[in-house]
Amino acid sequence: MEDATVVAVAGNPACGDMITFYLKINHQDIIEKASFESYGCAANIATSSVVTEMIKGMRLKDAWKISWKSVADAVGGLPSVKFHCGILAVGALKRAIRAYYKKKSFSPEWMPKELSFEEKQALEEEELARILSKRMKTEE
Amino acid sequence: MILNVEKHALPFKGLIRMVENVKELLKAHEGLKHEVYLDIENSSMVPEEVIEAMLPYYNQRAFGNPTLTHKPGWEAFETIMESAQKIATFLGCKALEEVNFTPGETEANNLALMGTAFCLREKGKKIVISEIEPISVLHVTEMLQKYGFTTTKISVDSEGFVNLEKLREAIDKETILVSLSTVNHEIGTIQLIKEALEIVKDKNPDTILHTDASDAYGKIRFNVKDLDVDLATVSSYKILGPRGIGALFVREGINVERILEGQLGTQKLWPGVENTPLIVGFAKASELAFQNFEENLNYMRKLRDKLIDGIFGRISEVRLNGPKDDKRASDNVNISFLRCEGEALTIELSLNGVYVSSGSACTRRLLQPSHVLVAIGRKFEEAHGSILMKVTRYHAEEDINYVLETTPKAVERIRGIVGSTGVE
Repeated sequence: MEDATVVAVAGNPACGDMITFYLKINHQDIIEKASFESYGCAANIATSSVVTEMIKGMRLKDAWKISWKSVADAVGGLPSVKFHCGILAVGALKRAIRAYYKKKSFSPEWMPKELSFEEKQALEEEELARILSKRMKTEE
Repeated sequence: MILNVEKHALPFKGLIRMVENVKELLKAHEGLKHEVYLDIENSSMVPEEVIEAMLPYYNQRAFGNPTLTHKPGWEAFETIMESAQKIATFLGCKALEEVNFTPGETEANNLALMGTAFCLREKGKKIVISEIEPISVLHVTEMLQKYGFTTTKISVDSEGFVNLEKLREAIDKETILVSLSTVNHEIGTIQLIKEALEIVKDKNPDTILHTDASDAYGKIRFNVKDLDVDLATVSSYKILGPRGIGALFVREGINVERILEGQLGTQKLWPGVENTPLIVGFAKASELAFQNFEENLNYMRKLRDKLIDGIFGRISEVRLNGPKDDKRASDNVNISFLRCEGEALTIELSLNGVYVSSGSACTRRLLQPSHVLVAIGRKFEEAHGSILMKVTRYHAEEDINYVLETTPKAVERIRGIVGSTGVE
């Protein structure tokens, strides 16, 4: 998206999943447009796609409330090995919202200072991928 | 014991939902005009001739237990021995007792490794394998570590050839077992197995040599007569026989301990009632694979190269995994599509009637990419976009043309979704 207000990435290609979200947000904090790119499996693509569908026209305050479980339900359920795909998609969304307010130097009351579950999980997955790729490099 | 329904309710619900999802997926495949199955690595279609050969053994004859004293039992005994004789001949065995039927490649590999380790536990604890052995070898060696055995994994080069110098260094008096595949199941490398085995025997003549020959038997010239190998695994479905049957060649005079206990029949290393129809199917599939053998291999090589060259000619940013030409198994095609996730690609291809598998982390339960591709030095991203295909003598040139027509569109679609994400 060329006119995106904010761009957020979650995941790492080394762990097999990486999502980029592009959001266009208007001055009333409403998401006008949302698109994604996914370097991941079908579950990754599906959950990212569903998230962009869900949040179009939504206020950021409401978009923040989307949980990975509701995303999993919206795609018709995920097998347990693919839970992390849904978590990553929501993690990327929350990062985008956070990045938007950081850019505006404003912190709305409804946005917790502490990282949400999905953001923490995304961080953890990225860290795991880093360790894994480092370990593989040292083994060579 | 009363089953706690509440406790078990969730997984069942999940499974039912998955069945619903699969039904929807299958519906999306309706109306396909052309279908090409290339996932011989993971299971195979069984040719009509093989099924026809098997059918009478379910209800017309030889359905008895081969150890029992009645006509259907004796028929079964005769049938199993005749089938074993055929396979023994194709393998180049000295005696048909050297062929031990197991329920498949996984079981034969488990039997070879565990059975040898248990047998020789007093002599030594060292096992040597390569980094690119199949999971049924890798995981058994990991399990054996719990019982005090150690495993040395020999590295391979960028084409998957075992480093023979490192192999030589790894073998000592304590080494009880070496297991190396003749042909790698994922990237088709035809190992210099004869040289490797000579090195091992030269350093320790007592070391037992096992080879997983599942991707060699019926696919390259492979014979236990010419090789100084003690144990060899062969599989039925990899040569288009039925699933659920394989065999472990055990050279006369070599001891292997049983890893399962139960009623013994004709198979001294695998208890339980023999599955006569599957054994017949395996023998029939072997016959067909070895009929016009050279001609078949040349035909498969032609299709293989047409597929590889065709993909390289039509799609940018692709890498061939494994060696080329005569160093590569006649049926194996393994290509990495960069900027393209493999599991998503398998689904996109499936929706267009092309059935393949991927070494992507997403397709694995542990979410790690194919250990074979990582071992040959492929980056995560390369393993991530890898697709494995195997051609057979039953594929026609039109099938390959169809795959070449479909794949570029599928790759383009997935690359469109990837965009610039994850690209360095």
